[in-house]
Amino acid sequence: MTDELFVVEDLTVTLPTSRGPVDVVKDVSFTVGRDDTLGIVGESGSGKSMTALAVLGLLPPGARTSGSVRLDGRELLGQSEGELRSVRGNAISMVFQDPLSSLNPYYTVGLQIEEGYRAHRGGSKRAARQVAIEAMERVRIPDAARRVDDYPHQFSGGQRQRIMIAMALCCSPSLLIADEPTTALDVTVQAQILELLAELQTQTGTGLIFITHDLAVISSIARRVLVMCAGDPVEYGTAEQVFSDPRHEYTRTLLDAVPRIDDEVML
Amino acid sequence: MTRYVIGRLGGVVVILLAVCLFTYLIFFKLSPDPAVMICGKTCTPDRIDSIRDVLGLNQPLLTQFWEFLRGIVAGRDYGTVHCSAPCLGYSFQTNESVWNMLTTRLPVSITVAVGAAVLWLLAGVAGGLISAIKQGTWWDRSAMALALTGVSVPNYVLALVLQYVLVVKLQVLPFPAAPAFADNPVLWFESYLMPWTVLAVGYACLYARLTRANVIDTLAENFLRTARAKGLSRPLILRRHALRPALTPITTIFGMDFAGLLGGALITETVFGLNGIGKLAADSIAKNDQPVIMAVTLLAAFFVVVGNVVVDLVYTALDPRVRVTSS
Amino acid sequence: MTVAGPRTPTLLEVEEVGLAGDPGGGPPTSTGRILGKLARDKAALLCLVFLLIVVLMAVFAPLITKLSGWGPDEFDSGAINSDLGGVPHGSLGGISGEHWFGVEPQNGRDLFARIVYGARVSITIALSATVLTGILGVVFGLLAGFYRGWVDQAISRVMDFLMAFPALIFMIAILSSLPAGNRPVLLVVVISAFGWPYLARVIRGQTMTLANREFVEAARASGAKNVALVFREILPNLRGSIIVMTTLSVPGYIGTEAGLSFLGVGVTPPTASWGQMISSSVSWYSVDPMFFAIPGTFLFLTVLSLTVLGDKIRSVIDAGEAT
Repeated sequence: MTDELFVVEDLTVTLPTSRGPVDVVKDVSFTVGRDDTLGIVGESGSGKSMTALAVLGLLPPGARTSGSVRLDGRELLGQSEGELRSVRGNAISMVFQDPLSSLNPYYTVGLQIEEGYRAHRGGSKRAARQVAIEAMERVRIPDAARRVDDYPHQFSGGQRQRIMIAMALCCSPSLLIADEPTTALDVTVQAQILELLAELQTQTGTGLIFITHDLAVISSIARRVLVMCAGDPVEYGTAEQVFSDPRHEYTRTLLDAVPRIDDEVML
Repeated sequence: MTRYVIGRLGGVVVILLAVCLFTYLIFFKLSPDPAVMICGKTCTPDRIDSIRDVLGLNQPLLTQFWEFLRGIVAGRDYGTVHCSAPCLGYSFQTNESVWNMLTTRLPVSITVAVGAAVLWLLAGVAGGLISAIKQGTWWDRSAMALALTGVSVPNYVLALVLQYVLVVKLQVLPFPAAPAFADNPVLWFESYLMPWTVLAVGYACLYARLTRANVIDTLAENFLRTARAKGLSRPLILRRHALRPALTPITTIFGMDFAGLLGGALITETVFGLNGIGKLAADSIAKNDQPVIMAVTLLAAFFVVVGNVVVDLVYTALDPRVRVTSS
Repeated sequence: MTVAGPRTPTLLEVEEVGLAGDPGGGPPTSTGRILGKLARDKAALLCLVFLLIVVLMAVFAPLITKLSGWGPDEFDSGAINSDLGGVPHGSLGGISGEHWFGVEPQNGRDLFARIVYGARVSITIALSATVLTGILGVVFGLLAGFYRGWVDQAISRVMDFLMAFPALIFMIAILSSLPAGNRPVLLVVVISAFGWPYLARVIRGQTMTLANREFVEAARASGAKNVALVFREILPNLRGSIIVMTTLSVPGYIGTEAGLSFLGVGVTPPTASWGQMISSSVSWYSVDPMFFAIPGTFLFLTVLSLTVLGDKIRSVIDAGEAT
């Protein structure tokens, strides 16, 4: 933990609801190093996705945040929209759960990769297109030079998630946040995507935050684990610690439920 | 693709034939004897017979219908008079060629439709867009209240109110006279201004509501979150990622509405005395001028059915997910 | 309806905005909840009150006109100035204690009485047309969506045909060439004949979606008959769409009736209808604007109230299905 790429301290997120403001994330702290993977686990509604969105300033309107989020020592919380925009997709990228709905059906995947690259790096369309093709080759889309002009619906579910990853990595971010990236996929495809993420990470040295409700997935990829429940960080430690000696009742319940969670994925 | 288009056009022909036959049957059964109508007051049984003969009214109904259809494609002869294709017959009232009546009236209806469409697209889409972006603000609420009000005003009521206020009371506009554009551009514009507005108000309000709903739905899409997470600027996100998905369905509706208007804005044209297809329809109905009624019905149906095909083709071009399958 | 004129734009709108896709499989919003929500909304309440007044006027027309003193067909030559071509005496179209809304120019019929009786005609026609289109639309939509195959083909082609028809031109043409007969009934029949495909199209689509849902599959697997499936499993889930589409079509039909009467092919004089009153006011509107303003206002407010109410009901039902 000497090499602290990304530090979150006492992050609290408050959302306005019809019954008044509610803290959906309470005093969450964690760190991610270079080439390091943090797993955030919890059931849906536990605040894990809100944590990720808060980091990039993508919370719904009216949300308030407090605490500190630092990337390479630079504070992100409370920054202007313009500042945050230069970070999003550039230093910190994100991959979402459902690749089909996360890609705009009206544009080719090439354009959707290019536009992110050009927003941060500028350059000609031709150069950006080359970057897009290379990014697609890196995530092993066969025949990338041709398929760059295809639309999202023309790809399989696993390929779409690969494209999301290509899109996220095209600006060589120092931190990648993957929010349930394998949940919407078949089990065999899940394994391939996890393998790809791990491989890309060793190549690039990107820090990775992997958010999931699936403990089996976490144990295979994460070095450290943060368990969240109803907005509270209930457990934080190395993967071995958390899995072999869960301190908290909630973690134990989660661990007991592992086989059932796998069934849920199939739905 | 070509097969698809040919298939669709086949469907168009079938529907138009059905419309034709249906109209023909209804009016054949309902209307008073055309021969008596044409003959007028100074009439003898001999004359009625000869008129019947010339018009082919003595033949069985289906033969008459067939003659009518053949006339459209190949032209036909009424006694010594040749009516060249496309022949829709002659008006019982004025003896004018119905085809000529349509072609002289159509430009007026097109002018009315195009002007109104430009107005309502600009006002409706822009209004809806601003409302969606400023969702929940006073602008949004008042714009949507206004839109509901606008949808509820019957257009002839609006037409009469505008005419009363602008022409009679304030006298800022002349009574619509619809001269040719080249003769007097200013008067031309002033004449069409009210009809355009009257037609546009209802549609504009409708489109504002549609646009707002679609944009709000699109703003909640996951791919919009992706666009933000990529670090794109807000104008680019709106322009590229929100507008196209939100407005594509509106093109479909617009196509149908516009096609419908080309067949004549009956009430607006009647109220403002514009000699378009709509007024022609109203007049011919009032005078029971069968060939003309037949022709305007057919023309309006033609626009709607062809508009439908065009809209579907445009939609396949706009939405990459829609694939043409010939079914 | 794609013809300009007394459009029924709300029909179109419902198809595209509210109910385009998913009929929602959750429990339908209860009538009580809809009413409860509406009662707490000031605008909706205002509309309800206004509509209630109009309906009461329509129902108790003979009683009300007895109170006001003038029947709809009584001529009051004392109230008009025959020297000025029959313009009503006094300002504002002859509004007075005697004639609450003034009188018709030229013949001096009481406008209040004609509005009251006109409400009768407009509402009866609009409601009957709504009921008839509702029945036709739901039945044919269900048939096409549930049985598919040739049934669907046949019904869909008929719908294509009817929707391609220049309905307004045709309605006018048919009404003007038919013998006078019972005009209101004819109006209802003609309006419904061209109106049902718009509802049927939505019902058909939603039935197709519902027929594939797990709960329908389950019922089918447990041996339920087709009739039972349609009435117990599918119809209750379509309730929201049917309520919204039919409520939103009422103002359209009021407008259509008024429009047809405005064009002179609706109800025949001396029967009063709002559209027919507006129509006869056209030649007078520069000298006696009240003659136009009064029926115009009633028509507008009624259509507005119904539209607002329909809109509110839709948002209550949408919200109910979303949760």
